[in-house]
Amino acid sequence: MSILVNNNTRVVVQGITGKEGSFHATQCKAYGTKVVAGVTPGKAGQEVEGIPVFNTVRDAVKKEQTDTSLIFVPPPFCADAILEAADAGVKLIICITEGIPVNDMVKVKRALRGRDVRLIGPNCPGVITVDEAKIGIMPGFIHKKGVVGVVSRSGTLTYEAVHQLSTLGLGETTCVGIGGDPVNGTGFVDVLPLFEKDPETQAIVMIGEIGGDAEEKAAEFIKKNIKKPVISFIAGITAPPGRRMGHAGAIISGGKGTAAEKMKTLEAAGVKVVKNPAEVGEAVKKALGR
Amino acid sequence: MNVHEFQAKSLFAQFGVPVPRGKEITSPETATSWANELNTPVFVVKAQIHAGGRGKAGGVKITKDKSAVAGLAKELIGKTLVTHQTGPKGRKVHRLLMEEGANISKELYLSILVDRDTGWPTFIASTEGGMEIEEVAAHTPEKIIKEPIDPAVGFQGYNGRNIAFALGLPSIEPAVVNPFNKMLGNLYRFFMEKDCALVEINPLIITKEKTVVALDGKVSFDDNGLFKHEDVQKMRDLNEEEPLEIEATANNLNYVKLDGNIGCMVNGAGLAMATMDVIKLAGSEPANFLDVGGGATKETVAAGFRILLKDPNVKGIFINIFGGIVRCERIAQGVIDAAKEVKITVPLVVRLQGTNAEEGRKLLAESGLKLDVANDLWEAAQKIVKLTGKAA
Repeated sequence: MSILVNNNTRVVVQGITGKEGSFHATQCKAYGTKVVAGVTPGKAGQEVEGIPVFNTVRDAVKKEQTDTSLIFVPPPFCADAILEAADAGVKLIICITEGIPVNDMVKVKRALRGRDVRLIGPNCPGVITVDEAKIGIMPGFIHKKGVVGVVSRSGTLTYEAVHQLSTLGLGETTCVGIGGDPVNGTGFVDVLPLFEKDPETQAIVMIGEIGGDAEEKAAEFIKKNIKKPVISFIAGITAPPGRRMGHAGAIISGGKGTAAEKMKTLEAAGVKVVKNPAEVGEAVKKALGR
Repeated sequence: MNVHEFQAKSLFAQFGVPVPRGKEITSPETATSWANELNTPVFVVKAQIHAGGRGKAGGVKITKDKSAVAGLAKELIGKTLVTHQTGPKGRKVHRLLMEEGANISKELYLSILVDRDTGWPTFIASTEGGMEIEEVAAHTPEKIIKEPIDPAVGFQGYNGRNIAFALGLPSIEPAVVNPFNKMLGNLYRFFMEKDCALVEINPLIITKEKTVVALDGKVSFDDNGLFKHEDVQKMRDLNEEEPLEIEATANNLNYVKLDGNIGCMVNGAGLAMATMDVIKLAGSEPANFLDVGGGATKETVAAGFRILLKDPNVKGIFINIFGGIVRCERIAQGVIDAAKEVKITVPLVVRLQGTNAEEGRKLLAESGLKLDVANDLWEAAQKIVKLTGKAA
């Protein structure tokens, strides 16, 4: 068991003939993911490492029964690409692209509301179910099959936590990067119940950062609904207000969204909050009584 | 990206949001000629810097005497204003906005931004115009009105009525209700069409002549949307930005200057923030946020070194790389090559983990460079703090 993706997931890569798209499509396939189609308008008939390329997502869905899309399309065309995937009947859309205008995402999020489709990202590393499917840009080899579910707003910081979990022999079930943008498709509160229901996941690592109130919402949700141990790190305790720390969403505005406030709220909800990012793995180990 | 008040107001005017007649002024001479043209009973001269609190800091002058405006312009241009938002160093004034005075009957607050929770653009309005909105929200939250706008259909008449009635506008001045609602619709259109991150009008005034006017204007644009708007890109004022941050942007680096003395260079924004946090936990303070991104090369590492070393506060450098797609031995080679071009005068700790970390560490160890290599994040942070001494 796992969440969101597994070895039956059939993936179409949008933007597959670009530099990023072709590299990562190849990497995902090499990990064992069923990457069965690619899309680049005007390049139907070509192949990328044996993956057939189509002009439209509609064609890819029709010919290869793809249910999941992985998007590398450049920011100006990305809103269009997400909506195309949704309209073609793809059920899970994972958008890696960084730099999509917020107001484009405002329209996309509104258009997806009430439809039977889940968007993960944008500006995220993707989703990996260990030893089954890697649908994203994370390095596969740092993951080990195990018992911890990981959900995170960050990329490399997630790798850091995963590395600790793998090194300590705890391993992961599924790791979900929800992305660093202010308006995204999937939040902590969407992923947490999936981990709670997943029989293989025994503990949850939640990595947040400054900006917005996703962590506060998660705290409220955890208090009411999550029985499994949750271990959290929040990046940006040293970040100054009013400055965007890399991610468009990582900004303390109007005194709201500080790391200290998030840590306090999570602790009050029974979450084990670690202040040192190097101690995430150890904290999980302790929580699992190992 | 932020713009000046005079630029915000020129955009407001384009979109049908009423503003006072005004003009950008860069010299006492242009102040005089514009004063003659303006021909108004009251002249307002406002320093243009990207920071609030200008009035209290002496950056706004009002006079009824046309012959005094040149003197006021002379006084303000070149002056350094220190406000609660500029930091102790203050900000030098290069340009002014000179406009007609207004007969204020009532001050309101109005802004629009995207509510991150719902993902909908949302108006925030209050009868407490002219106040810091954070203060109003903290002490009298019932005076904050929020009106989300459905992005599928855009601003509708009922949105305007919701705001106007909640503000009590019909009893304050019924004649302005319709122009106010029209202005809200125009402001929403501006916000969406120009990819704004925040539009704030504080105060929005009702005049004694029964009109609605944006007396101030603060606009931040979404950096990711700038590629669509050449007119907005041209409004960028490099005088208002940190020189090292401008250099970083030119090299595709994401850099934010801070006040500590350990410079850090990291791949990934989340890990870069976590690295700053771990420096603090180890007993020192970070000098910066620096994300070299996913495609770090010799060139980006060299540019990173140059930027870090230009900050005189930097007493040591901590490189933290978690190799994913980026291979650690390439980063190591980048550090070695960059160190040949840029003289590194402070202690350096390099922590490599992930893809090909072993090979990377070996390359660094054999390079003959004076540096410390670490495997683990906490070990590396303690090393650099020990080498540079704890913060005072």
